This record gives sequence, structure tokens and C-alpha cells, in this order.
Amino acid sequence: MNLSHRVSHVYKVVLVAMVLAAVFGMQCNGALAAQKHRIAWSHYTGWEPWAYAADSGILKKWADKYGIEIELVLVNDYVESINLYTGGQFDGCVMTNMDALTIPAVGGIDSTAVIVGDFSDGNDGIVVRNGTSVKDLKGRRVMLVELSVSHYLMARALEQSGLSERDVTTVNTSDADIAGLFLASKDPKAAVITWNPLLMQVRNAKGVNLVFDSSKIPGEIMDLMVVRTSAPDALKKALTGAWYETMAIMSGHSKTAKDAVQFMAKTAGGTEAEFRAQLRTTRMFYQAAEAVAFTKGPDVKKTMDYVRTFCFTHGLFGQGATSKDHVGVSFPDGSILGDPKNVKLRFEATYMEMAAGNAL
Amino acid sequence: MPTFLGLHAQPSRPLQVMLALLPFIALVCVYLGVSEMRYRNNPADKVVPTLGKMAEGVNQVAFTEDKRTGKVLLWDDTLSSLKRLGTGIGCAAVLALLAGLNMGLFPGVRNLSLAFITFVSIIPPLAILPILFIVFGVEETAKVVLIFIGTFPMITRGVYLAARKIPTEQIFKALTLGASQFAVAYRIVLPQIMPCLIDSTRLSLGAAWLFLIASEAIASTDGLGYRIYLVRRYLAMDIIIPYVLWITLLGFLFDRLLQAWISKRYSWYLVTKE
Repeated sequence: MNLSHRVSHVYKVVLVAMVLAAVFGMQCNGALAAQKHRIAWSHYTGWEPWAYAADSGILKKWADKYGIEIELVLVNDYVESINLYTGGQFDGCVMTNMDALTIPAVGGIDSTAVIVGDFSDGNDGIVVRNGTSVKDLKGRRVMLVELSVSHYLMARALEQSGLSERDVTTVNTSDADIAGLFLASKDPKAAVITWNPLLMQVRNAKGVNLVFDSSKIPGEIMDLMVVRTSAPDALKKALTGAWYETMAIMSGHSKTAKDAVQFMAKTAGGTEAEFRAQLRTTRMFYQAAEAVAFTKGPDVKKTMDYVRTFCFTHGLFGQGATSKDHVGVSFPDGSILGDPKNVKLRFEATYMEMAAGNAL
Repeated sequence: MPTFLGLHAQPSRPLQVMLALLPFIALVCVYLGVSEMRYRNNPADKVVPTLGKMAEGVNQVAFTEDKRTGKVLLWDDTLSSLKRLGTGIGCAAVLALLAGLNMGLFPGVRNLSLAFITFVSIIPPLAILPILFIVFGVEETAKVVLIFIGTFPMITRGVYLAARKIPTEQIFKALTLGASQFAVAYRIVLPQIMPCLIDSTRLSLGAAWLFLIASEAIASTDGLGYRIYLVRRYLAMDIIIPYVLWITLLGFLFDRLLQAWISKRYSWYLVTKE
């Protein structure tokens, strides 16, 4: 082999090494560029205000106040947004209390719920064709996203009606297709469990009844803003400040309030009337003080106990979990549910209290 | 500098094996490195589970009865998925053999169906998946139909091309010797295009798996794809990765099995291919 061949081989090796270095380098870069905080969100009635906060400049205003940069990123697939947060791509993400427990907390990511934005008060529901009560679910095939809050809702509904999960067959159905499949289904015994805005589509079909909804288990499905516990105070304060400013605007009666709601309805992909109807089944905590009272109240603990029992019995804690005490959940009064040495989900009222006292 | 990169390289047998293994070893090393790093940062990390955690995951799904259903998940899922896959691609292969053969031999059949089959074969099956579910319901039928629609036109076209390649002299000779049209089609041509059918089916298996998993992701109560999409709900990569490896292994085995069938029954075909 002559010299020029050898040189070209050297180039090849160097080239390969550079590509590899670039691939690994990118990962490290992601970890280094931490001054900019990325927050993920996905579409849901109770989270649309985030889009407005970002679009109207409120979020930037609060980020500037605390000397940081916040980028709000829409991740169109809800589970994927939480997975990305858990995998380390985001500093914060919106999610329900149940998913916060089973995905990041069980995955070892110490997370803090800085804002309890609302709870579902009818936004999640069970719809059956040719039936009038939860008891009619017996023996049916029920379409739902398994292991989601819909599954939890079903478990609670069955429990209250004296049935068990063995009485139904669950069909895991992707949320993207669930409404279409239910509406097109010719099965006279079709049943479906879903959330808004899909719930609104299916419950208005002919010959169907809404037999159970989350207003019968109020406060149990909470919608949270969850951030890494290790994230700086500035981020937690900025997010909380921006959220309650947005809440104040949308709950007002000014023209800005109407514009804000219209903007949210549009990003949610519906009409203003539809969005307002969904807001009625969402118990929004427009006042920070309300959210504080709820978060510090006894119901949150009771709910989290229900939720973790459900998660454990459904295998959501994964391998290595031997009891529902696998992960610890802490509350504002300092009490802990589960393993005190493995607290990974923290309900925190500090920042909401600051918002309530205009101290942000 | 390694000479195996050269145009005229003739790597020795051990070097060939080593080269073949190299990318696998590299992949495993990168994986282990990343999982070790993430594990040290966070012992409960779920994104890149360590080998130990995956072993636990495999133990859980492949050797332990599920608490809720009392079934061993991996075998149960495999059985359900293979039933769907087998029915779908089995029907596709049998019908494709008949369709391709007749299209290749009989001009009337060809005029009637070639354009149509070509048209259907270009429709991306996944694009019409929601329609299939609405027409055939959320149970088994839609899943099998998807696999069928996804593979049938392709296999048919493969068989058709093989049937067209049969020399006309051969057919005329058979007819002259007194064979009926039926005998020409099924006694003379069919055995000759069998290996082509098997080959086409083999190549369609990859697509068939894709359709199987896609349909199980939309609405299902069991199956390999179902499980992957279900445990994705809580990021259980310790189950997802073994499932993916298992699917890969199954796919590899089927491929090998069909290849072995060809070399056992139709060794002449392998000779003509070379």
C-alpha cells in the first residue's frame, strides 16, 4: 500500500472519529446549556393557559424578572412529553398527579409539583351505548387508554358500583383514534372512557349515555406543573408568577379576558363555546389562595393514597417495587406517604403561597 | 492500515467473523456505557436500563405469571401476535399465488386485475388504518386485514413476474403433449414459481410485522405490539427492549425457516439465482 492510500485511510478514521465525537458531544451540550429552561406541555383544557402565557409575553416577562430564559415547547403526544421530561430533555412538564407518580417519580427523577392548576370535575367520563349506569359495563369491552387516568377513573367507578375489573374487558385504544372508533363502532354494547375534548365528541352521539364522570371523584385527577426539584428557585417562581397572572387575566371580564379565552380555544382546536363548556367541567384554581388551600388540605393525601394503591396493583411501579410504599410522596405539611428515603414527588405550596401574597 | 477496506481485499474467515461481529459489539458497548453513566446519576433511571434490570424485566414477563391475568405475558402476547401474523400473511401468500399465477398465464385475468393490483399495492396501508378499524371493528378482523392488504399486492406482483418469465415454449410443449390448461397452470407452472412465492413472502415479512404492531398499537387487548405500547405508558424500557429483541429474533427465525424450505425443496432455484 503506498503513502497516498495510507493517508486517505487516516482521513477515513479521523472522519469516523469526528462523527462519533459530534454525536456524543451533542448529548453533553444538552446538559451544559442549562441557563435556558425548557418546559414541555401538551393539549388539555387546563393547560391551554400556558400557550397563552407564552404567546402573550407574560412568560417572558416573568422569566426576565428572575433573570432566566424559559422556552415552552408543545409536545403533541401527552405520554411522550412526560417521557421526554423523565429522560432529561426538559426541566418541567405539565401532567396529572397519577402520571407524575408513575413516570418521573418511579423513574427516579425527584420532581416537585409547583402549581396545582386545576382538577378534573367532569372532564373525564365513561360513556356507554344502551346503558344507564356503571353496572351496565359488566361483561363489556371497554375502550380506553390503559394505565392512564381513564383506567383509574374506571377502577374508581367500578369500585363504587360494587364491580371489579374482572367484570370488564379493557381494550387499549390510542387517544388519537378513540373517538372515531367509538362513533363508528356498530357494537350495540360499545363503551368508552376518555377525556375532553374527546369526551365531548363521544357523549353527544345518539343512543349513548354518560354514566360516570370525574365530578363524582372530585379532586382526584389533578393537573399539575411539575419541575425538577433541583431546578433553580428562579424557574419555579417565574412559572408560578406567569401562571397566576394568566389566571387573573382569563378569569376577568375585560376584553383581554375574552381574547385570552378565544386564543386558548383556538389552540385547543375548538370553538369558544366548546372551550368554555370544557372549562365548566375543569375546576380551575383561578386564585392562588384556592390552590394553596386545596394543596394543603387533607384530600390530596387521601387521593394520593388511592392513586398509589391503584398504580401498585396495576404494576405501574415496575420491577423492583414490592409495595405501594416504593416511592415517597411529600406534602406541604412535611408529612410523607410511602418510603421517606425515596421521596420523588413533592407537593409544594410555597410558590403558590408567594403568589397569593403578591410576594413574587 | 487495515487492508480489508481495499477494493481487492480477501479477508480471512476469522477476520470476516470479526468484522461481522464488530458493529454488534460496538452497539452493546455504547449501550452499556450509556446505561452505566445514567445509572450512576440516577439508580432508578428507566430510559436506558442496565442489563440486570432488563434481566429482571425478562424474568417478570417471560417466566412469571402476571398478577392480574394469571398468564405469562410474553408467551401469551407472542401467541396472539403470531396468530394474527400467520393468518394475515398466510392468506396473502395463498391468494397471491393463485392471483399471480393466473395473471401471469391468462391474458384475460391479467387485463382484468394487473392495473388494479398495482394500484392497490401503491396505497400506503397505514394511511387507511383508521378506515380499516372503522369498517372491520376493533377486534381481530381489522388487524388481520391490515396485514393482508399490506402484503398481498406485493407478493402477487412477485409471483406474477415469476410466472411471466416461464418460457412460452414450455407451455406450448405441454399443451401439444395433451395437457389441459388447468394442468399447465397447476402441474407445470405452479411448482416452478413456488420458490418465488416463498421469497416474496419472506421479503414481505418485515412489512407484515410493521402492520401487526401498528394495528396492535391502535386498539388491542393483547399482543407484542400491544404490550410495547402499554408499558410505554410508564416508560418500562426494561420490558420494551427485550420485546424488541424477541421480535427481531422471531423475524430472523422465520426468514431462516423460509430460506431453509427453499434450499431443501427447490435447490434448483438457488442454482438459477446465482
